[in-house]
Formats: sequence, structure tokens, C-alpha cells
Amino acid sequence: MTAPLLSISHLNAVTGRNGETPILRDVSLDIAAGEVHGLVGESGAGKSTIAKAILGILPRGIRIASGSIALEGVDLLTLDASSRRKLLGATVSLIPQDPLTALNPGRRIEAQLTDGLRLWRGLSAADARLRALQLLDEVQMAEPERVMKAFPHELSGGMRQRVLIAAAFALEPKLVIADEPTTALDVTVQKQILRLIRAMQERHGTGVVFVTHDLGVVAQICDRATLLYMGKTMEQGRVKDLLDAPRHPYTRALMDACPRYDQPGRGLAPVPETVFADCRAEIAAFDRERAGHV
Amino acid sequence: MRVIAAVLAKRIGMAIVTLFGVAVVVFLLLRVAPGDPVAMMIGAGASAADVAELRARYGLDQPLLVQFGIWLAGVLRGDFGVSISLHRDVLELLSERLPATLELATAACAVAVGLGGAIAIAGTLVRGRKAEAAVDGVNGLMLAVPDFVWALAFVLVLGVLWPVLPLSGRMDPSVGVPFVSHFYLIESLLRGRFAIAGDIVAHMVMPVLALALPLAAVIVRILKEALSEAMMQDYVLVARVKGFSESRLVIGEALRNAVGPTLALTGVQFTFLIGGTVIVERIFAYPGIGAMAIDAVINRDLPLIQGLVLVFGALFILVNLAVDLGAVALNPRLRHGG
Ligand SMILES: Nc1ncnc2c1ncn2[C@@H]1O[C@H](COP(=O)(O)OP(=O)(O)OP(=O)(O)O)[C@@H](O)[C@H]1O
Ligand SMILES: [Mg+2]
Repeated sequence: MTAPLLSISHLNAVTGRNGETPILRDVSLDIAAGEVHGLVGESGAGKSTIAKAILGILPRGIRIASGSIALEGVDLLTLDASSRRKLLGATVSLIPQDPLTALNPGRRIEAQLTDGLRLWRGLSAADARLRALQLLDEVQMAEPERVMKAFPHELSGGMRQRVLIAAAFALEPKLVIADEPTTALDVTVQKQILRLIRAMQERHGTGVVFVTHDLGVVAQICDRATLLYMGKTMEQGRVKDLLDAPRHPYTRALMDACPRYDQPGRGLAPVPETVFADCRAEIAAFDRERAGHV
Repeated sequence: MRVIAAVLAKRIGMAIVTLFGVAVVVFLLLRVAPGDPVAMMIGAGASAADVAELRARYGLDQPLLVQFGIWLAGVLRGDFGVSISLHRDVLELLSERLPATLELATAACAVAVGLGGAIAIAGTLVRGRKAEAAVDGVNGLMLAVPDFVWALAFVLVLGVLWPVLPLSGRMDPSVGVPFVSHFYLIESLLRGRFAIAGDIVAHMVMPVLALALPLAAVIVRILKEALSEAMMQDYVLVARVKGFSESRLVIGEALRNAVGPTLALTGVQFTFLIGGTVIVERIFAYPGIGAMAIDAVINRDLPLIQGLVLVFGALFILVNLAVDLGAVALNPRLRHGG
């Protein structure tokens, strides 16, 4: 069997002066080439921490205590910083959460779409420009020539997110990490952007880590998903199986808390406090057992 | 462009009003302040008739309002009067001396921007490490040292203890001055007279550094702050994920967004630099308008002081205008009037 595109195994991340507070608890997940993997969970569950750990951009406060992250069999955590930067720069990209702050306000769109192509693919300015125009066309941007000359503040939020998606796919990356890419957008724009990410991913055969707290979004675009609570995997598997037969009460509760497009009249059920209590008990048991091993 | 034209028009209108206000205030202050220019000019034993005659010659016997009217009308014609102590046309004196100060101040500003910018960028690149604390510590000290203290320290070290640099003047006096303009440095460079240019630069090193170091320290503090703020923005994170090196992140991504706020604040500091030329030129006997200002005040040379104050006022206004235009040019949001 060939190595999966991305393989995270037994990843533990901690914070605090002596690393006493766990942020990720033994997270493992595999992503095959061309697969969309959802990371789902409440705020603070550790979704962004996993995304940042893959990209090697963890904040200073968070440290990886153990585990491994391998991209096509290459362990990213033991790689030296400079090699990792080069490997990731050319093969993994990010669609950030807030398109309003994720583009440099002082640089034209053309510069921001072509810089990676020029650096990693060695394209000339003219070739990179052509490729950028083609990408803007792919993300269904009207008037690509005008957009290329524009500064970010001249574009709407939805347009900026399209630019960021174009930039994320510019180098034909193997893996794209999308950290709540639609949360900051208008509801009407959200669905278009979701469809666009899925379309781009299918066309380019890209693996995607899709971070969201919305199971409805997971149902729409993910193949597989990991449900996290307090940095621990509660349930993992094919989205179809998760939604058809959720095994964990947390999954069921998140499903109930989700707006259902097929049942518009139905109100949202808040996640019952007992579910969280059960999850916390499960995590406490996990922490106790691990402490016993040490 | 429209935005820039609008800023210009508004600023020129304001500049005229400001300069007029400065002229009125200085004129009045000089007349009510104690000290009599005629007494300074004439020996102690002069007769009352001699004094009266001199007063009449310089129009000092007229009522204040008339004096002001005469002076202002002259200024508008380009006639700033005659220096009482140097017996020369004020405008002529100013046009001889101003280029020297402009060369000095511009060089000091360039050095401050280059040095301050480089230290701020270096400090940002090593942020979070011990080297950053060292940069901050040294800069904190530099912020506390004023220009004239630097000047005196340079005189002591580079002029006396280890005399490698000329201590005073603008160039070697034994060299005949082959210049047609008073911009000696620029002219010698343009005419390819590099030996003379080198001599002029050697004379400028100490006064330029004395003026530049305090400004550089301010630039380091403001720019480094603005840079670390910018480095925390999402767009830098996105660029980092693209695999750009740390120096490219600082210089290519953060810097352009950090210079705007820095420029606005350093513009104010640059006017202090122009003020600093008064004492620094004096220490190095550098023949600019700063050194001349001190003599003019000591001699109660009213026409010359008035002319100098107008020139300083115009310089302040020009610097601020340049800073504002620079801010517009650097910020795409302002540039497009959005
Ligand atoms: N710089 C930091 N230092 C220490 N702890 C941090 C830091 N940043 C985040 N955390 C903690 O790590 C945990 C996981 O945060 P993370 O951002 O991964 O959550 P998330 O699932 O992405 O949540 P959200 O939906 O709010 O984005 C949280 O408990 C958070 O408080
Ligand atoms: Mg998050």
C-alpha cells in the first residue's frame, strides 16, 4: 500500500509553562490523495491547532509533545525548518478564514497571485501573469484583468475569497488546508464558495483538510471527517456513515444543532449539557489512564 | 492624482496663512523683546543724533504697524531688507546659507532613514530572541541622547582624541571655491569633482551623524513597533504558508504597510532635526542658516531674524507637506480616495 497523502499519528500538543495543558490528545488521521477530510468540533476543540501543526505555523504558546505528521511519507516534524518551508511552500497551501485580512492591503492582486508561481515554479512575470488570469477565470471571477490591477480594498469579501482560493490552487498543491473558509462570509456567498472549493478540489485532484464547526457543511463537501472535542477525537470515519449512523452522542448532538435545509421549519436544538459532561468524563478517563502509564 | 491635487491645494492655502501668522508673531515679539539693535551696532559713546539717524535709516522710528507694513510689502516683492549686523541683503545671505543647511539636513534625514530602517528590520528579524532585547536596549539609550550631546562626543572622539575628521567648516578653506551654486556637495558630484566632494562629505560626517542619530532612534522605535504589528496580520501568515523566507516576509509583506504610520510620526521628528541644525551647525562652525540664526539673535539683527524665521517656517511646512503626500502615495486606500 502506498503512503497516504497526509498521515497524522498520535499527535499530542500542549501549552502552558511546563506543557501541562493538553491541546491535542493523541489525534490520528489519514488523508488520501484527492480526499476532503473535515475537522469538526466546538470552538476551542483544536481544529485550527491541527491545521497549523500541519503547516508548521503553531503559535509560540503551543508545542508538539509527541506524534508525527507525515506528508507522502516525509515526517514534517523532524525536518529542519528551511527544508520544511520549501517542501510545504510548493505542495501545501492555505485558504484562510477571513478574506478581509488575509490579503496584503499594500500589494496588488496580481503580485499576490503570482509571487508563489515565480518563486517555486520559476515562471517569468509574463507566464505567471497568464497563469494567474487563468486561475481567476477558474474561480469564476468576472473581469479578471481589472481584478489583477486592483488592491484588496477594491474587492468585496466574496471576491477576495475567490482570489485566495485561486492563490491556494495556483501551484497545483497536493494538499489544501481550508480553515473555516466561509465563516466570515455572507450566507448567500457561503454556498457558492463551498461549491467552488469542491469544484477546484475535484478538478485538480487535491487533498483538502476542511475545518468547520458546521456538520451541514461537512455533509456538503467532505468525504471523511474527524469530530473533535477538547483536542480528542470523538468519532472518525466516512461522512456518509457518520451522518447515517452516528455512534457517539457528541456527533448526534452536533447533528441536532445543525440547520437542516431539507427541514426548514425545524428549530435548532442546543447541544444538551449532559453530552458535554459525558465527553469531559471520557477525556478525564483518557488523561487518567495516560498518567497511569507514565 | 485627484486626491494629491486636493491635498496640495489645501496645504498651499494653509501654508500662506501659517507663514503670515508666523511673520506677525515674530515681528511683534522682536519689537517688544528687550534689546536695541541700534545700541548693538553703534559704540557706547555715540551721540543721540547718530542714534536717531540710524533708527531712521532702518525705519525703526516708525510706528509698529507702519514698520510691519513696509517689511511685509518688501517681502512680497522679494525684498527682505538689509541685515543690520552684516550690512548685506538678507535674501542674498539666505540664498547663500540655506543650500548648506539643506544639504546637511537632507543627508542627515537619509542617514536616519537608512540606519533606522535597517536596525528596525534587523530587530524584527530577530524578534523573540536575546538579540532583540539588545537592539531595544541600545535604542532606548539612543533615544535619550540629544543631537548636541552626540555632536560634542564626536568632537571629542573623532576631532580631538583620534583626529580623523575635519572639525569645522564646510570644506577645506585652502581649496578655492570653484562653484556657481551654493549646493557644494551636489555641484561637486555633478561636475565629477570627486576629491572636493570627498572633502565636503568628510566635513559633513560628524554634524550629519549628530543630527541623524536621534531621528534614527525614533524611526527604529516606531518602525519596529509597526513592523511587529504587521507581522501578526493574517496576510503575513498566508505569505508564510507560501514558503517565503523570514526576511521576505518582513521586507516584502510587512514593511510596506508599516512605513505609512512611521512616516507620519517621523515627519514631526524631522522638524526637530531642522531645529537641531541651529546648535549643531554652531558646534561645527558649519556655514548654514542655523549657525547664522544664533549670530542674528545675539546681534538683534531684526531683518535677518525675520527672514530666517520665515525660511524655517517654510521648511517646516514643506516637510509636513511632503510627509502628507508621501502617506497618500504609500497607502493605496488613500490614493484612490476610497
Ligand atoms: N497561542 C496559544 N497559546 C496557548 N493556547 C492556545 C493558543 N491558541 C489557542 N490556544 C488554545 O488551544 C485550544 C484549541 O484552539 P484552536 O484554535 O485549535 O480551536 P478551534 O477548534 O480552531 O476553535 P475555533 O472554532 O474557535 O477556531 C483552545 O483551548 C485555545 O484556547
Ligand atoms: Mg479555529
